[in-house]
Amino acid sequence: MNNIVSANILRFFTLVLVQVLICSHINFLGYINPYIYILFIILFPVKNNRVLFIFISFLLGLSVDIFLDSGGMHAAACVFIAYVRPVVLKFSFGIQYEHLTMKFDAVDFGSKLTYITVLTVLHHIILFYLEIFSISKIMLVLQKTLFSSIFTILLCVLITIIFSRKTK
Amino acid sequence: MQQIINFIIRNKTFLLFLLLFTISILFTIQSHSYHKSKFINSANFITGGVYNSVNNITGYFDLKTQNEVLVEENNYLKSLLYNTKQPADGTLFRDSLSFDKQFIFGTAKVIKNSYSSTDNILLIDKGSNDSIKQDFGVITSKGILGVVNKTSKNFATVISILNTNSQISAQLKKSNHFGSLTWDGISPAFVQLLDLGKIAPVKKGDTIVTSGRSSIFPKGIPIGTITDFELDDAENFYVIQVKLFNDMSNIEHVYTIENIDIVEITNLLNENKNE
Repeated sequence: MNNIVSANILRFFTLVLVQVLICSHINFLGYINPYIYILFIILFPVKNNRVLFIFISFLLGLSVDIFLDSGGMHAAACVFIAYVRPVVLKFSFGIQYEHLTMKFDAVDFGSKLTYITVLTVLHHIILFYLEIFSISKIMLVLQKTLFSSIFTILLCVLITIIFSRKTK
Repeated sequence: MQQIINFIIRNKTFLLFLLLFTISILFTIQSHSYHKSKFINSANFITGGVYNSVNNITGYFDLKTQNEVLVEENNYLKSLLYNTKQPADGTLFRDSLSFDKQFIFGTAKVIKNSYSSTDNILLIDKGSNDSIKQDFGVITSKGILGVVNKTSKNFATVISILNTNSQISAQLKKSNHFGSLTWDGISPAFVQLLDLGKIAPVKKGDTIVTSGRSSIFPKGIPIGTITDFELDDAENFYVIQVKLFNDMSNIEHVYTIENIDIVEITNLLNENKNE
C-alpha cells in the first residue's frame, strides 16, 4: 500500500518537472508539444477514492498551470478527464474493469491504446479550446488537438512500455 | 435539511468536480484578460527558482550566439558614438548631476520563453527588488519584446507581443500614421498592425517602429518590416502583416525600460477623463 502511495507521489513530481522543463519546450514544427503529465491520471490505481483522485488531478493541472502561466486551463482539462475516467475505463476494458482486479501491466495492448487515446483526445480538446478561447477559431483548436494528441499518445505508449514491470 | 445533506453526500463526486472545474475556468478567464491573473503566475519563489536553476545550466548552450548578438549591438552603438558630430569647441559636455532623462534602462535575462501557445508569457530574472514594476517595457537589442505584467521579489512575468491580449501602439517609420500592434496567434514570426488609416502611405518592406504614444516605450524602437497588407472588411483601415526583427524563439538578454513621467502622464489623462 505504502509502496503505491510513494510511487504515485514520485510520479506526480517527476511528470510535472519533465512536462514544464522539457516537453513544453519541444515546439515540434512550431507549435506541437506533447502533454505527458496526464500519464499520472491514466496510470492512477483503478481502485481509488474518487473524491481524492479528482482533487489530486486538480492539483496536478494547477501546478503545470503555474509553471506555464496558463491560468487554469490544464487544471480544467485534468479535472474533466479524472471525472470521466471510470466511463472510459468501462468503455475500453469492459468486463475486466467490472471485477476491479485489472492491472495496467497485464491488459492487452489494443484496449490500452483505446483507453489512452480517448483520455488524451478529451484532455487536449478542452485544453486547446480554453487556450484559444474563441469559437471562430475552431479549426485551429482541432488542428492543434490532432497533432498534439498523436505526439502525446505515442510518447505515453512508449513510456508505459519502457517502464512496465513485466519481468520476462 | 436532512434531504439537502443527503443530496450533497450522494453527489459529492459530481459536486466536487463541478466546483473544481468552475474554479479552473475562472482562473482561465482571468488569465485571458489583461493584468488580472492574480494567483496563477510563474513569478513566484518556487517556479522562478526552478526556472532559474535550470537556466543556469542551459544558458551555456546558447552562449556563442548570444555573444554574437551582443557584439553586433556593441558594434552598432560604437559606430553611433564615434560618428556623432562634436560641438565646435571640441568638448562633449555632460551634466552628471541632473537627472533630466525620461527613460531609465535596466538589463535582465529571460529564464522562461514561450512562443507556441496563443497567450505567451515570459519570465525574467529581475523583480520588485530591482525596482521592476508593472507596465515597464521590455526590448531586446533587435526590437520590441513585451510589457511587464506581474512582479515578485526576484522575478517578473512579461506579456510577450506574441499574446492575443497584447496591444501596443506602433507607427510607420517614415510618417507618423499610427495603429495598434496585435497578434493573431498563428505564426511567431509575424504580428499584425491594425487600425492604420487608409490614407497612410504603406509599401512592402517599410519599417514599423513604436509610436511613443503608449508612454510605455520610447518612440522609434524597431519592430519589424511590412511583408503584406490589405484593407479590412469596412475598407477604412489596413490590416498589415509585420515580420518581426526579433527571433522570438531565441531570446536571452533583454532591457527593461522605465518611463519616469508615467505617473504624471496618467494623472493628466485621468483628469481629462473626469472633466
